[in-house]
Amino acid sequence: MPDNTSLHRSPAQALVVTDLHKTFDKDEVLRGVSLEAHQGDVLSIIGASGSGKSTFLRCINLLEQPSSGEISIGGEAVRFTTKKGQRVPADMKQVQRLRSRLGMVFQSFNLWSHMTVIQNVVEVPIHVLGVSKAEAAQRAERYLKRVGLWDKREQYPAFLSGGQQQRAAIARALAIEPRVMLFDEPTSALDPELVGEVLKVIRDLANEGRTMILVTHEMKFARDVSSQVIFLHQGRVEECGTPQQVFYEPVSDRCRAFVSSIH
Amino acid sequence: MSDLFANLPLLSFSDGGWGWNLLRGLLSTLQIALGAYALGLCIGLFGALGKINGSSLTRWLLEIYTTLIRAVPELVLILLLYYAGTGLINQVLDMMGYRPIDISGLVAGIAVLGVVQGAYATEVIRGAMLAVPLGQVEAAAAFGMSRWQVLRRITLPAMLPLALPGLSNLWLIVVKDTALLSVVGFSELAMVTLQAGGQSRAYLMFFLAAGALYLCVALVSNQVFRLLEKRARRGQPELV
Repeated sequence: MPDNTSLHRSPAQALVVTDLHKTFDKDEVLRGVSLEAHQGDVLSIIGASGSGKSTFLRCINLLEQPSSGEISIGGEAVRFTTKKGQRVPADMKQVQRLRSRLGMVFQSFNLWSHMTVIQNVVEVPIHVLGVSKAEAAQRAERYLKRVGLWDKREQYPAFLSGGQQQRAAIARALAIEPRVMLFDEPTSALDPELVGEVLKVIRDLANEGRTMILVTHEMKFARDVSSQVIFLHQGRVEECGTPQQVFYEPVSDRCRAFVSSIH
Repeated sequence: MSDLFANLPLLSFSDGGWGWNLLRGLLSTLQIALGAYALGLCIGLFGALGKINGSSLTRWLLEIYTTLIRAVPELVLILLLYYAGTGLINQVLDMMGYRPIDISGLVAGIAVLGVVQGAYATEVIRGAMLAVPLGQVEAAAAFGMSRWQVLRRITLPAMLPLALPGLSNLWLIVVKDTALLSVVGFSELAMVTLQAGGQSRAYLMFFLAAGALYLCVALVSNQVFRLLEKRARRGQPELV
């Protein structure tokens, strides 16, 4: 953690994950990963394919069920129970409530194809958060303008480019006004010339102080926007610190090899 | 041909004409078809959900249901379910000390054809649900929707364009299957046609008239399904 706690009161904890393990059948994908994000932090998770980055992100909003470990969002810990030998959330209502505070952006956008862009954006505020239609419409306008898609609001996702779809998906996540934004390799499915427009939107969000967890292969980008970088290797945190530490003064040889191969 | 024209007055709506009877028959046909179709869709929806999400016992029972119903000819099923079904209900009522009831042909017809439709609809809807991109369902869950919300807001509308071609087939089939109910004495269009032909000996004309009515139903239905499909496919680019 950057040592600024002596000068300022530490901002509220947005997300705490403690000793997370995840096993698929016999395959241990995560072997005890912890992280702590305070409000305004931008945490990037980097690592080779198969290092467990995406699985870790998906465990945070319980799209995958962690085999052990604790998750706490905005100070509220997820309650678990054991059913038929499987560790599962004890209370799906709680899971739904916590999930609605996390804005997830997927690698493959996952916009709802039968809804227009604006319908995608107002869907969760109206039907999950219970926000009034007028308020949802205001949010949609604010965030679609923010990502530069206001003039495409009546289009269906299939008629947009990949970059536009991903920006619409970011607006959808913003519209729930989340505590934490989760980005799961948001540019990996894009054509190279479309990556820039999406990274620009994410960079602006980082600069305005949003709390974000970003799984990415874009090393330069991670170096520029992150307050903290985590290098995962075989399901463990191999290196963790400021971008400066991880990219230029790594302790671990594996991390050095990884970042130098990508630079 | 001259016979055909000479017999035309038999189709009139005045005294001695069978016009009203035929239309009443058509109305019964549509009543049963609509009822059975609605029942079939309900069974199909829950059947598909059960087959996809259910326990192994649920899936096993549904598998037996869809396999048996789809393997046995409709006519046999109708006779079996109609006679055995009403018999069974009355036996149960008798055992419980109630008097046997007379089950209306309409209700029995809807129930029997609905059970048949349900088996096919289960498979049509199951296939369409499995074809909905998993990512869209996952996104809905990730934003905190309950399972019921995911089903109603995402899965059902997204699977509809995939299911509609199969479901429109099922509608045409159930309209025609109502004719099989004539074997249990229900006076739908085919039965009325048979009676009219029998009394007037103008079989050819009455069956042509009935055929024309079935055709009209099919043509109108096709238009309705075309509109439904257009609406359901609204988010998808058309193939050029």
